[in-house]
Amino acid sequence: MELICPAGTLTSFRDAVDAGADAVYCGFRNETNARNFPGLNLSRDELAEAVDYAGARGVKTLVAINTFMRAGDEALWTKAVDDAVALGADAIIIADLGLLAYAAERYPDHRRHLSVQAAAANVDHINFLVDAFGVKRVVLPRVLTVAEIASVTRQVRCETEVFVFGGLCVMEEGRCSLSSYATGKSPNMQGVCSPASHVSYGRNGGEMISYLGEFTVNRFPEDEPAGYPTLCKGRFVAGDEKGYLFEDPVSLDVLSHIPALEQAGVSALKIEGRQRGRAYISQVVGQIRKALNKSGSGPEMEALRRLSEGQRTTAGSFEKRWR
Amino acid sequence: MALEVSTTPSVRLTIGPLLYLWEPDKWRDFYFRIADEADVDGVTLGEVVCSKRQHFHQPLLGEVIERLTAGGKKVRLASLALVTLERELRSTRLLGEQDEFEVEVNEIAAHAAMRGKPHAVGPLVNVYNGPTARVLAAGGATSICLPPELPLASLRAIVRDAPGIEYEVFAFGRVPLAISARCAHARVKGATKDNCRFVCGEDPDGLPVETLDDQPFLALNGVQTMSHSCQALIGEVPELIEAGITSLRLSPQRCDMVAVAQIFRAVAGGEMDTRAGLQRLGTAYPDAKYSNGFLYGVPGHQLTLAR
Repeated sequence: MELICPAGTLTSFRDAVDAGADAVYCGFRNETNARNFPGLNLSRDELAEAVDYAGARGVKTLVAINTFMRAGDEALWTKAVDDAVALGADAIIIADLGLLAYAAERYPDHRRHLSVQAAAANVDHINFLVDAFGVKRVVLPRVLTVAEIASVTRQVRCETEVFVFGGLCVMEEGRCSLSSYATGKSPNMQGVCSPASHVSYGRNGGEMISYLGEFTVNRFPEDEPAGYPTLCKGRFVAGDEKGYLFEDPVSLDVLSHIPALEQAGVSALKIEGRQRGRAYISQVVGQIRKALNKSGSGPEMEALRRLSEGQRTTAGSFEKRWR
Repeated sequence: MALEVSTTPSVRLTIGPLLYLWEPDKWRDFYFRIADEADVDGVTLGEVVCSKRQHFHQPLLGEVIERLTAGGKKVRLASLALVTLERELRSTRLLGEQDEFEVEVNEIAAHAAMRGKPHAVGPLVNVYNGPTARVLAAGGATSICLPPELPLASLRAIVRDAPGIEYEVFAFGRVPLAISARCAHARVKGATKDNCRFVCGEDPDGLPVETLDDQPFLALNGVQTMSHSCQALIGEVPELIEAGITSLRLSPQRCDMVAVAQIFRAVAGGEMDTRAGLQRLGTAYPDAKYSNGFLYGVPGHQLTLAR
């Protein structure tokens, strides 16, 4: 199985290559990708350098152009595809059907991967896009159990890739407007979720309060570390329940399922975290590489756990009881 | 300048699929009343949110379709929004195998199942631009209800860029914001998705979610998360028509939907001004806080009063 690693900067790109990635994915510095955060992502020149660095070491470069094209401004997205191809990216990762059609028509021989943002969670959806646009690989949304991943992988006419570590969307990816409901900015359109530009904090005695737009997302007692107000991981009230209604502030860790994924025929394992720093990239990639090489052990997994957001992890939809 | 009498192009009104789990007799009676009394052109039926609910209304579907058809309403059948299980795939494929009713697809698997036959596309399919609309049209889509998240500028650009398709917008109702493999609704009530005892049926208008500072925020509807506010694109009806939108979707809430349709009809026909329309909606659905922010490209929960 290939190990697919994130990079938000040229430096962390090199770190990921050095730490043992088989492929590194990154995006351009604008709203064409789903991690459109300030100070993150690569310029055209940097992508050229990245492709060279990776290529010389036998590592592939994947470029995520995985937001949905803004009507009337499609040229920004098609230009991103043109540039990624011209600069030598090994594959482009796409969610938008119109952009997929463009890439398939313009660059029929260039590898197209279906982004997790396409929310392609079943065999008919995936095979339709394989037949229509020659998709070579699908990144599966985080809504499937290990058994379902195995079933999809058996039936689809392309490779499958699954997230095994890092941030976790509770909602099906590419089909969530919670962020734009609160802030006007969304993953699908602007490539941001619960953007920092709309985050604020307040205090009430010893309590720390986090807000997104006009809404209170969490209140942290004095003895509790304050987390980032990602909407689906906030504390809310419904009926008699008060607390983390959608999901605790946890991140995904399904490394213990790697043997099952291998047996299922999954082609690639993906690490989330283009927004994370160099230390995270080097350590996570290194440790998972070791685990993949079967030399992994308890202490390495413990080191990984410490790098997780909120330091608590879940296997998410991979295990049926999560639902 | 001579005063011209503008002829307003007629706009279709459709009742979208009922997104909540209603008791079977209430469900049937709702549609009977729509069939007999509502001034709407079409009605989309069927379970969109959760396949576990499908058996509740399946036995009543025949009589409801018959009544709606007799009432002059064009009936469409909706497909599921999230398809992961084998039986969900089977029911999606079955929609493609029947030719009696037009299908509204809410997932690409259903679009694939149509094999090029004419069909409608629901608001949960990501159509953000003209090229995507053209891809779907090439596969048989003849009408598209655009995603509620889109601003007016995008609606205009899509209609211009991909002509020959009927365009609809989500004009009334709590907005479906997200769908998950996990059922927050069941969890809140101490259950899990696989052993849910259909607790979502206890909240026929959604279970309100508030912030820790008591701000109304969202509503739970099984695996779907909806807006607390009720989207009402009533003040913008003239602009929507001018942009080339030909159909307005009214999504059922626990309120007087016959009155809601009447108000939209009056505003679309120019017999009621938009402000009066919004005010009248307040009477038809007294619990609602209205919003239209998505259309203006601002936070979706906000309400901007049309000029």
